[in-house]
Amino acid sequence: MNRLISLLAQAGLWLAAFISVFPFLWMITGATNTANDITGGRFLPGTNLLPNIAKFFELVDAGQVFFNSFFVAITGTALTLIVSSLAGYGFEIFASKTRDRVFAGLLLLLSVPFAAMMIPLFVMFSSAGLINSYIAMIAPGIASIFMIFYFRQNTKSFPHELRDAAKLDGLKEWQIFWFIYIPVMRSTYAAAMIILFMTNWNAYLWPLIVLQTNDMKTITLTVASLATAYTPDYGLIMIANVLATLPTILVFFLLQRRFVEGMLGGVK
Amino acid sequence: MHTGLTRRENLTGWAFTAPALVLLGLFMIYPILWSLYMSFMTGKGMNFKFGGFANIYRLTQDPIFLHALGNTLTFLAIQVPIMIILALVFAVALNNPRLRGRAVLRTAIFLPCVTSLVVYSVLFKSMFADDGVVNDALLFLHIISEPIPWMNDPFWAKVLIILAITWRWTGYNMVFYLAALQNIDPSIYEQARIDGVPARARFFKITIPMLRHVILFTTVLSTIGTLQLFDEVNTITASQGQGGRPADATLTLSLYIYNLTFRFMPSFGYAATISWVIVILVGLLSWAQFRLAREK
Repeated sequence: MNRLISLLAQAGLWLAAFISVFPFLWMITGATNTANDITGGRFLPGTNLLPNIAKFFELVDAGQVFFNSFFVAITGTALTLIVSSLAGYGFEIFASKTRDRVFAGLLLLLSVPFAAMMIPLFVMFSSAGLINSYIAMIAPGIASIFMIFYFRQNTKSFPHELRDAAKLDGLKEWQIFWFIYIPVMRSTYAAAMIILFMTNWNAYLWPLIVLQTNDMKTITLTVASLATAYTPDYGLIMIANVLATLPTILVFFLLQRRFVEGMLGGVK
Repeated sequence: MHTGLTRRENLTGWAFTAPALVLLGLFMIYPILWSLYMSFMTGKGMNFKFGGFANIYRLTQDPIFLHALGNTLTFLAIQVPIMIILALVFAVALNNPRLRGRAVLRTAIFLPCVTSLVVYSVLFKSMFADDGVVNDALLFLHIISEPIPWMNDPFWAKVLIILAITWRWTGYNMVFYLAALQNIDPSIYEQARIDGVPARARFFKITIPMLRHVILFTTVLSTIGTLQLFDEVNTITASQGQGGRPADATLTLSLYIYNLTFRFMPSFGYAATISWVIVILVGLLSWAQFRLAREK
């Protein structure tokens, strides 16, 4: 009886694994098929790979689109890391009653959904003439409450002796942060970086609202606009899908352990 | 530690937190307060006038809103429990050290998390086409006798959205449970086994109570996520540039807010009111879930 249950459990897990991986295989074989074959359910490699690629590069200014994606994801990630880790460090190292109250207030805000800020944010950026700009894309995400929380939690494991020794050596507070804290906490930064890069790379709703011309669109938005066209061509969309997924999947396989750490970071 | 700060250190503390606090004030607190204010305003575009509770009254009379609310709550009530239970079962099964191929299975089940919501939505849209690969497989296995109209039938469209979200997020939740399971001292299970506690009782009497906090955390996260459902219903069940099809069967609150603001003649005040419905739902449901977890 126990053996049977264990066999069933194993079969179930392998089935779940297959279902989880199938859409990726579907995406890769799809990239080699024609649009009709794809919606017709053909799950075999075809011969349409080169025409699909050619069509994608004909319709999409790939250089510009990837520049936008990388620029927004990298700048956004770097700024968020700096601003949020400064705050997390400040809240933990210089804890005071007032700042702890402020921090508790921030945690409450964590549960307010983006929908409640979306409309005022849009009106703010459009009255500032910043619609369709990188600033509008990046600015609202720079101070992330989740990341501040994450860095504060992790700062608890930052050895106080290091700070005391540095102060004796005459280092200023910002020097301690820059030359000691950041290098010591690099694995904390690495995990946060992965999560932020993916979030920025995959962002959809806010970019959809503020980006209006094709030359500003990220690859994620490009996939969306190709897919919601009147007659979507799935052959070239699959190429776009593969290209949009490649960076995140590479990050995942190269840094899998760190990735999971980053995801769990806030709940340790 | 609260009293140990010098005046100078206290100021330094503000200096470190200031950039984040200023940005949060500008891009979060100010917009939140503004949208609360907006929700009492009526009018199209930028022509506001004070409407008192007019928007709230309009909510109760708006069949599209009620429909979107019903859809969102349906997704929430069906999808979140299915996903949490699946994730728990996978995590417990994968936590068995004697299981072969654990690393491969874990990586595979987690893999959907790396895709963007848009990309996976597009993949699902193509796989679930009328004569697509999923219908072909189901027909081949004789599970169905004619193709399921996934995207053209209100019932099946909802099923499709639920399947899609479950695919994308089960592995994500599973990782939280796996991490928590590794923190449980194995000797507890060993002792229970020696005392003759059957496997099912070990699961319900040891595993579930030990994971209570993580389960609560993931349930709250999933609830917030599902209440804001947008990307999938604006991609998988969209056609001709309009999401939430067919016949608004997959229209969600977030999508309705988006439509009211950016697709129709903008009705900012009314849209803001609906966004506050989401805020209140998030608050109420999180509170209820916390209460429930504490009582157990």
